[in-house]
Amino acid sequence: MGRNRLQHQVACMRRSLFDQGFLDEQFIQLEELQDDASPNFVQEIVTLFYTDSARLIQNIEQALNNGPIDFSKLDDYMHQFKGSSSSIGAKKVTDECKVFREYCSAENAQGCIRTFQQVKQEYAILRRKLEVYFQMVRQADVAHTP
Amino acid sequence: MGMATEAQFHVLAVDDSLIDRKLIERLLKTSSYHVTAVDSGSKALEFLGLNGSHEDGQRNPSPASVSLDEDQHQQDVEVNLIITDYCMPGMTGYDLLRRIKGSSSFKDIPVVIMSSENIPSRINRCLEDGAEEFFLKPVQLSDVNKLRPHLMKGRSKEMQQNISKRKGMEEILTPDRTRTRYNELEVV
Repeated sequence: MGRNRLQHQVACMRRSLFDQGFLDEQFIQLEELQDDASPNFVQEIVTLFYTDSARLIQNIEQALNNGPIDFSKLDDYMHQFKGSSSSIGAKKVTDECKVFREYCSAENAQGCIRTFQQVKQEYAILRRKLEVYFQMVRQADVAHTP
Repeated sequence: MGMATEAQFHVLAVDDSLIDRKLIERLLKTSSYHVTAVDSGSKALEFLGLNGSHEDGQRNPSPASVSLDEDQHQQDVEVNLIITDYCMPGMTGYDLLRRIKGSSSFKDIPVVIMSSENIPSRINRCLEDGAEEFFLKPVQLSDVNKLRPHLMKGRSKEMQQNISKRKGMEEILTPDRTRTRYNELEVV
């Protein structure tokens, strides 16, 4: 497929990520920080987000499933998760994190467990979409103009 | 080295979040600052040469610069601004602010605090205790643009101090110069 066509597809997908509320303004801030000196900045920081999130998800899982819940520790993990998702513009993930923290302050275990499923789901959806998106970006970059 | 006015400003960034460290580093580098990023308040103090086992000011001949121990490396490390996250395990950004402002050698380094939480009492306390700015996360380029006046003010103050120091030293050295040389010859 020619470059122009691919670039158009990239633009459409990017647009829908914003329109459907997966990403917010902060993602645009990241794109603006990408330049010749740091040409892969957005992908790099998103990759760091995947690694960091995997760690936090595992910690939260353990905290929820191993005996009596330490709400303060849970809140701490979720604070970190909310922080990093907010830093990359992952809107839906951030919003779920906020809901989780509310259940945490209320020490509502069931609420936390339920909301955590939502957090994981939103994270998984976003990750899949971003992986497709960046793959398209890379393809468009190397494609030739017809 | 080059003239003080042309040297890059050096910012020390402190944040326990890997993502936020990468972000602040990019923001600062885009603004042409030299950056050192560390993941805790204690590492920040270590980098400055300020830690619990040494008294503030003893090893540091001039404000805002530090010579590291001979068994580490001979290097003058100058920090022109510290930007730190508030919520960190162990030492918070506020604790770090207090340590810096309580140090005779480093109290003049401008400190900026970042936080994901918009808590007015927290913000006020930081500003009252010497923070120049308080940024809400996620930090953006428009926030980083606010750093320049604080850096410029620090540099002009430092240049003033260097000028008066140099004058003082010239007055001390001149009368003794011939005597010192004579002593060196004797040793040889």
